[in-house]
Amino acid sequence: MKVLLKGGRVMNPAVDFDETADVLIENGKVAKIAKDIPTDDADVYDVTGKLVTPGLIDLHVHFREPGQEAKEDFESGSKAAVAGGFTTVATMPNTNPVVDSAALVRSLKKRAEDVARCHVEIIGAVTKGQQGKELAELGDMVQAGAVAFSDDGHFDPTAKVLLNAYDYLHAFDKVIINHEEETSLVEEGVMNEGHRSAMLGMKGRPTVAEDIAVARDVLLAEYAGARVHVAHMSSARAVDIVRQAKKRGVRVTAEVTPQHLTMTDDCVNLYDSSTKINPPLRTQADCDALLAGLKDGTIDAIVTDHSPHAQEEKDREYMFAPSGFPGLETSLGVMLTDLYHAGKLDLKTLISKMTWEPAKVFKLDAGTLNVGSAADITVIDLDNEWVVDAKNFYTKGSHSPFIGRKFKGKAVMTFVDGKMMMRDGKVE
Amino acid sequence: MEKSTVSLRGRNVLGLEDFSPEEIHLVLETAKEMKNIIHRDIKKVPTLRGKSIVTLFYEPSTRTRTSFELAGKYLGADVVNITSGTSSIVKGESLRDTLYTVEAMGVDAIVMRHKAEGAAEYASRIVSPVILNAGDGAHAHPSQGLLNLFTIQEHKGKLAGLKVAILGDVLHSRVARSDIYGMRKMGMEVHIAGPKTLLPRYLYEESGIFVHERIEDAIKDADVIEVLRIQLERMKGGLFPTTREYARIFGLNEARLALAKDDVLILHPGPMNKGWEISPFVAYGKNSAIQEEVQNGVAIRMALFTLVLTGGKQE
Repeated sequence: MKVLLKGGRVMNPAVDFDETADVLIENGKVAKIAKDIPTDDADVYDVTGKLVTPGLIDLHVHFREPGQEAKEDFESGSKAAVAGGFTTVATMPNTNPVVDSAALVRSLKKRAEDVARCHVEIIGAVTKGQQGKELAELGDMVQAGAVAFSDDGHFDPTAKVLLNAYDYLHAFDKVIINHEEETSLVEEGVMNEGHRSAMLGMKGRPTVAEDIAVARDVLLAEYAGARVHVAHMSSARAVDIVRQAKKRGVRVTAEVTPQHLTMTDDCVNLYDSSTKINPPLRTQADCDALLAGLKDGTIDAIVTDHSPHAQEEKDREYMFAPSGFPGLETSLGVMLTDLYHAGKLDLKTLISKMTWEPAKVFKLDAGTLNVGSAADITVIDLDNEWVVDAKNFYTKGSHSPFIGRKFKGKAVMTFVDGKMMMRDGKVE
Repeated sequence: MEKSTVSLRGRNVLGLEDFSPEEIHLVLETAKEMKNIIHRDIKKVPTLRGKSIVTLFYEPSTRTRTSFELAGKYLGADVVNITSGTSSIVKGESLRDTLYTVEAMGVDAIVMRHKAEGAAEYASRIVSPVILNAGDGAHAHPSQGLLNLFTIQEHKGKLAGLKVAILGDVLHSRVARSDIYGMRKMGMEVHIAGPKTLLPRYLYEESGIFVHERIEDAIKDADVIEVLRIQLERMKGGLFPTTREYARIFGLNEARLALAKDDVLILHPGPMNKGWEISPFVAYGKNSAIQEEVQNGVAIRMALFTLVLTGGKQE
């Protein structure tokens, strides 16, 4: 079984390769990258003028299994992933029940094998029930295949618990991903604290809640010699804290979402909860600092924080709607339109932050087009113009602040282990 | 009434940020006529005969709900009250479904109070009856903002150029936000003051608003002082130490009142905590228009109903 992608612009950030070439896929692996590979018995796809990249990787998705399948499941979520050009995603454990045991990790890996259209990595909870009190069976989950750990959705309330987790996990060499918002400062908040929240009368979530959380968790990691990954950064000051820590050699990595890079709290209105996310949309100064952090290496990965909710949960009073929206099918469009085509971010950095660099954060064997690696490949049409319409979503979530946006740039083919899982927006 | 090309017919009344100065003026002028009706022996006119109004209150209220109800009844409309304790809301019905139900019964206007900011605007995008916001969280209480303007204009004969001090819990106050928008549009100078824990941190960015941490600085030479209600749960939430200390440092008493102009007008949206944010002397003193506000509230709501449901014309 051979597939030949002919004539595309092949970009492999891991080895700084960016040339027009053919890519030969054989037995699910990248077999050869060269000019004018003979077609002989391969299925040939002409991708002239298209960008051929490693399959996109998303370190931060919520597929809602087990327990919240009305919002999303492994099948719908992974279809959304390949539709958006992603070949590997990592699912967060804030489910019902929380993924805090080896048995649950194993059952989800089995579910992924059975129904998922892409690779699904499982993130386990740091503490039992994500309660922030007692450590979950971290070692057991590592042995069951958990790729990382997080109490995402919650800030671990005590430094001691997090320090214990850092120390205990040290021997297993797995990273902890922290949701950084000091709880007491954000309890009632629904949007960024600023002039906009003051005039709308909505309760605010101040930036300083994130800043002090990042500072604490990074300092603790430095103290423990542990690896920490800062989830969905939204604050300029937090970027600076991570930048300084990296300079000191602290083992810290960080991620950012397309929405935090491109949207501000000016987008928040009184009636549409699709802009309600945690941490919230901030200010233009924060967007600018996040982009600077992405460019100078402070921020390692672009993630979606894909957080679908059922229609009836999200379509209600802003205050009562749950936070988050699905991002897998819009992420690349936002990044290409608002950052690459807008002249704010070069293509190589953009692709690297969605492939090779996130793979390094979790030490995944993915994110490259190196010969012999799994043929997880995304073909991108940089000039494809399209309008975001929830009717075309594969995710069960239908709320997004990007609905109605016109984007330029789209994944047009997604190969997982050499098998074509998506073509022109249609998932196999 | 003055000839006006401005019309509010079919308009949702969600917040004063949506109103132009001309529209506010129209409401105030219409309310003058309405106040005459309230003073009649037989307070019933046929303006809204055949119209039906539902008040949908998700939060407790005495004066606002009654005020809207009487306003509708004086104008001849049929008014039905739905409160959260006595409806399908307690069975967990969503706001959307409750609104659909009310709409299906053929009502012309829904007066809504809800704890969530934006609930009224959300409603206005779901159903076709006109929505009148009777308070949505800390966002807006437009009819209260309008009745404050009406009361001030009655006493002062003008609005533009007056100095207003708004004292107390601005952070959680929908009244304060409607005041700020309305008063700024009418050319008034707005000063807010209170403990910093009860002031929005970023309000100073709005032009024409002056923020003070000492209430004396706001009161000085004020033409109007509005005292906001202190809520006990704010004290429990650690935003100020005790009501006793609040009264001593931030309460409006006789001594502080002397800093304002002699003819300063005192407003309070009610219900009052006398002895906390306002002393009984001030609340019932010669400068107080607090009781008058209640009557003006009915007139303003009659004006709003008339304007949004008939465009001001008798039908």
